[in-house]
Amino acid sequence: MKITFKLNGENVSIEVESYKRLIDMLREDFELTGTKEGCSIGECGACTVLMDGKAVNSCLVLAAQIDGAEILTIEGVNQGNNLSDLQRNFLTHGAVQCGFCTPGMILSSLALLNENPNPTVEEIEESIAGNLCRCTGYKQIIEAVKATAEMSNQKLRNQSA
Amino acid sequence: MKNFEYIQPGSLNAVSTLSKEKFVSSHLFAGGTDVLGLMKDNIISPDRLINLKNLPNMDKIVYKKGEGISIGTLVKISDIAENEDIMNHFTALAQAAGEVASPQLRNVGTLGGNICQRPRCWYFRGEFDCIRKGGGICYAYEGENKFHCIVGGGPCYIVHPSDTAVALTALNASIKIHSNGTMKEIPIREFFILPEDDPMKENILEPGEAITEIFIPELETGKKSAYIKLKERDVWDFMTVSIAAVADVSGSLINNVELAFGGTAPKPWYDENINKVFINSKISDLETNVKKIFNDSELLSKNKYKLQLIRNLTKRILNNFSA
Ligand SMILES: Cc1cc2nc3c(=O)[nH]c(=O)nc-3n(C[C@H](O)[C@H](O)[C@H](O)COP(=O)(O)OP(=O)(O)OC[C@H]3O[C@@H](n4cnc5c(N)ncnc54)[C@H](O)[C@@H]3O)c2cc1C
Ligand code: SF4
Ligand code: FES
Ligand code: FES
Repeated sequence: MKITFKLNGENVSIEVESYKRLIDMLREDFELTGTKEGCSIGECGACTVLMDGKAVNSCLVLAAQIDGAEILTIEGVNQGNNLSDLQRNFLTHGAVQCGFCTPGMILSSLALLNENPNPTVEEIEESIAGNLCRCTGYKQIIEAVKATAEMSNQKLRNQSA
Repeated sequence: MKNFEYIQPGSLNAVSTLSKEKFVSSHLFAGGTDVLGLMKDNIISPDRLINLKNLPNMDKIVYKKGEGISIGTLVKISDIAENEDIMNHFTALAQAAGEVASPQLRNVGTLGGNICQRPRCWYFRGEFDCIRKGGGICYAYEGENKFHCIVGGGPCYIVHPSDTAVALTALNASIKIHSNGTMKEIPIREFFILPEDDPMKENILEPGEAITEIFIPELETGKKSAYIKLKERDVWDFMTVSIAAVADVSGSLINNVELAFGGTAPKPWYDENINKVFINSKISDLETNVKKIFNDSELLSKNKYKLQLIRNLTKRILNNFSA
């Protein structure tokens, strides 16, 4: 079947088999391999992408289901050739070790920051509750998200000053 | 996954006709988070998936003060957890929805799908031809039964996995079902069935039927509701045990209460005799009163701990109402 959707800001159309999962379409047909597959059953969050602004597990969504939707993958998070503040803060706060969980973590926390520019630590924890990290113990990740929120609030204050 | 046909009909009658077509195995599909898991584990392998998402008006929440709230079957779990009317007037449901799985799954999973999800017994999800899959034995009965039921079991000993179903049971919700061209409304307390009735399904739905909405009547003045879930791990997990209560508590007196239990039985457990233990009782007598419930449990080799847990949880939820 043919589906049309927005992928990282661009309108695209593609013929997909009914049984193709969103993650397979992204990795195989669009060669967007930043989206990782860990558990394949909704438990680890490595495959997280944003669908209409909301975090979803691309291993548990069929490609057919996203017809008409807007999908954001880690490849769409960069600002041009530059890393976004969130990505840079992940690096500087030691939130990236092996890096396997990182794309999913960034998308889950991005979904939060887009809706809630001033999250509490509990809200950050809740937003990444579906993302497993075997390396960092989450503390550095939470700090990176917190730092990003503070940076963007600072920028807003500077603009209005 | 094998190939299958994927259809998105625009009317309930079409859903019905497509579901019942001969020689084609069909399965209803909402968010798909359970269906895709079941297909991956080869528990089902339908020829056709019928996605309900194009059906009109099934993703709405409509609250009428004094009457109650109607929640379309396709409403996302995350939208239920965050809805102000549900938080204020049907608190137990908002709390239960907030406890379901992870943010990613709540963003895709629907209310109808959540109450119709299949059980999580590891033999059922694994490669065991157990009673629930049409085989001859229950592997859990003498096997790994730490998370299995303490009441209502036999010949299968699952617990029902849905958080929202427990809250809806205490809230006395009803389920609206489209059945071959007509609508029927079934109290949720009669929607789920026990293995002794049919060990291969968890509810009364027949092929061709689909849930359209869930209705919860407004609580009587003075009543409030709450949900508490215990799980083994700190992060997302299915319930070990859980409880939902609708109660009228004034000071130290429980005037009225309706309790529903999760993680204890093959369906959300509701028993008038349990309510009676607490109606017109004192908060200070909870310690002795909770010992009167679940005395008829059939404990399995590895789930004896659940009895104490569920009694403690009952104490806790009722104590909270008086606080
Ligand atoms: C890792 C993981 C953790 C989870 N943790 C929890 C948890 O803690 N608590 C909890 O409650 N759940 C939990 N779940 C279950 C999850 O919440 C369900 O998968 C989800 O709610 C199902 O919703 P869905 O819309 O995706 O359903 P689908 O997968 O689309 O459907 C589920 C079932 O319902 C049937 N169905 C759907 N809509 C209708 C309808 N309108 N009429 C008739 N039948 C219908 C389908 O045919 C199917 O059999 C977890 C799932 C996963 C994968
Ligand atoms: S408890 Fe039910 S689902 Fe689990 S092994 Fe026994 S029969 Fe199968
Ligand atoms: S790969 Fe999708 S949640 Fe683990
Ligand atoms: S950095 Fe290795 S899993 Fe998170």
